[in-house]
Amino acid sequence: MKIFVMAAKVLKSLFLKPATLGYPFVPRVYYKNTRGKIAIEIAKCIYCGACQRKCPAQALNVNKAEKNWVINRLRCISCGYCVDVCPKKCLTMENTYSVSATKKEEEVFSGA
Amino acid sequence: MIEEQKLIDIEVKDLLSQAGDLCKSGYRLVQIGCTKLPETLEVNYSFDKDYKFINLKVKLNDLTVALPSLSGIFWSAFLYENEIHDLFGIKFTEMAVDYKGNFYRTAVKRGFNPQNE
Amino acid sequence: MNSPKRTIIPFGPQHPVLPEPIHLDLVVEDEKVVEAIPSLGFVHRGLEKLVEKRDFIDFVYVAERICGICSFIHGLTYCIAIEEIMQIQVPARANYLRVIWSELSRLHSHLLWLGLTADAFGFEALFMHTWKLREKILDIIEETTGGRVIFGSSKVGGVRKDITPEKLAEIIFKLDSYAKEIKEITDVFVNDSSVKHRLVGVGILSKQDAYSLGAVGPTLRASGVNIDMRKLGYAAYKEIDFTPVTETSGDSYARCLVRIRELFQSIDIIKQAAAKIQPGELEVKVSGTPNGEFFARTEQPRGEVIYYVKANGTRFLQRLRVRTPTFANIPALVKLLPGCQLADVPVLVLTIDPCISCTER
Repeated sequence: MKIFVMAAKVLKSLFLKPATLGYPFVPRVYYKNTRGKIAIEIAKCIYCGACQRKCPAQALNVNKAEKNWVINRLRCISCGYCVDVCPKKCLTMENTYSVSATKKEEEVFSGA
Repeated sequence: MIEEQKLIDIEVKDLLSQAGDLCKSGYRLVQIGCTKLPETLEVNYSFDKDYKFINLKVKLNDLTVALPSLSGIFWSAFLYENEIHDLFGIKFTEMAVDYKGNFYRTAVKRGFNPQNE
Repeated sequence: MNSPKRTIIPFGPQHPVLPEPIHLDLVVEDEKVVEAIPSLGFVHRGLEKLVEKRDFIDFVYVAERICGICSFIHGLTYCIAIEEIMQIQVPARANYLRVIWSELSRLHSHLLWLGLTADAFGFEALFMHTWKLREKILDIIEETTGGRVIFGSSKVGGVRKDITPEKLAEIIFKLDSYAKEIKEITDVFVNDSSVKHRLVGVGILSKQDAYSLGAVGPTLRASGVNIDMRKLGYAAYKEIDFTPVTETSGDSYARCLVRIRELFQSIDIIKQAAAKIQPGELEVKVSGTPNGEFFARTEQPRGEVIYYVKANGTRFLQRLRVRTPTFANIPALVKLLPGCQLADVPVLVLTIDPCISCTER
């Protein structure tokens, strides 16, 4: 039986730097692989709708007639499956998260 | 192939005796699950002993027939049976703990039942 | 003498110690629990029903999101079930990567549990220090797969991401130094008198009970039953040398010790896999549709998980049934609660490592 096993550790950490980040003054460093948010190069898009059909969260909406590509960022689960299936490779996964929003709005990318 | 799995089709009337035999020879209950077939339902009872997997499959031709509960042999069966009762609407007789349809509070009652489409 | 008056105390679904909603009706005599009746179904999402409307290849992303803590192994088990039905031979490199990621997920899950348990018995400093270590494991996971807890790196037929040999060497180097830190912090769980006071001899589950109630994972192994689904040899586990961790006393302390020893075992398995992994393909092309049925069984941090897949030759599966480890551990929880003090209930509920959203799917 030991007591004060933890006390030494706690005392030691008093003199160490905090384990947390001083956000927002110190920005978080993202990894190259981090699945952040989906970005589209709309000029290359052919509005085939493959991403919309495959999206597990039904966050995408592609309208061929009006030539627009709509994403609901609050529904998107950043799985990256649309990036895999895109035939023109116009979708990319960025490694930063989408900014927080106060309204539930869809983001519309229009190629017309 | 990871493992050999013995899938055995049995009748409802043989269920309790077969499960009792497995219990006596030291098998543990792994899971009970229900599957929706186009017209009817089937219930899978899975057992395991020393990584040997045995599955008893009961086909229900008449959905109004109540199944005998396994909770007399394997007490833990009551959770699976209540789950199946709430999601598929199969009746069980003499469950160790009967929630009377209040196990899952789903908006659609018996949502997995084929007659509920 | 009259028997003492019985009171029913509702415990949960909202309780400071519970991360997820489970409700227990506790029948108490004075401060002693005499009976516990569990009640579930607060977060039932019907994900098993969704499989009828989703292509079987796409569903792996949904399967991964059944649980946020053991997500990788959920996705993996789903893939194994489909691969067994379609008789797909997964490349060796993919199998080793699956082992490495499975063990990383076990590491972070067990560290999470240790922290939550420390929090449950009121040891805040220990809780924070354990989670500080967990964060370092999460960094490795994010660096290699892109997600902190949802890996998204398993797919039917292989894996989606690769770990370069240099990165793997760096991970092994990091894990070696983390092992020292983990040893320091777990020594507190093993030795500290205040921790032992709360865990030793509380909630004893006998070997006989644990087996016959169908308990799985650390809950079962802490009672001295040597069952670990990794011994089935799925993915590359057949190439790895390890012995399942067991304890014999069956109390909360034993369940804690099993998880602590599994931390070091996981690091050892990752090292073995890193030594044996060979360059090669990451995935095979999947064509056709599955037709048949299979029960895939794997070992999650919480125990054995079952994926039953029944397919009828179309792109939509006929049935996916998930039996998660917590579901199998609830009967054990109900049996070990009677006889304990009311104040011990939160710790006891936590010792089976409940994951309720995963249980109800």
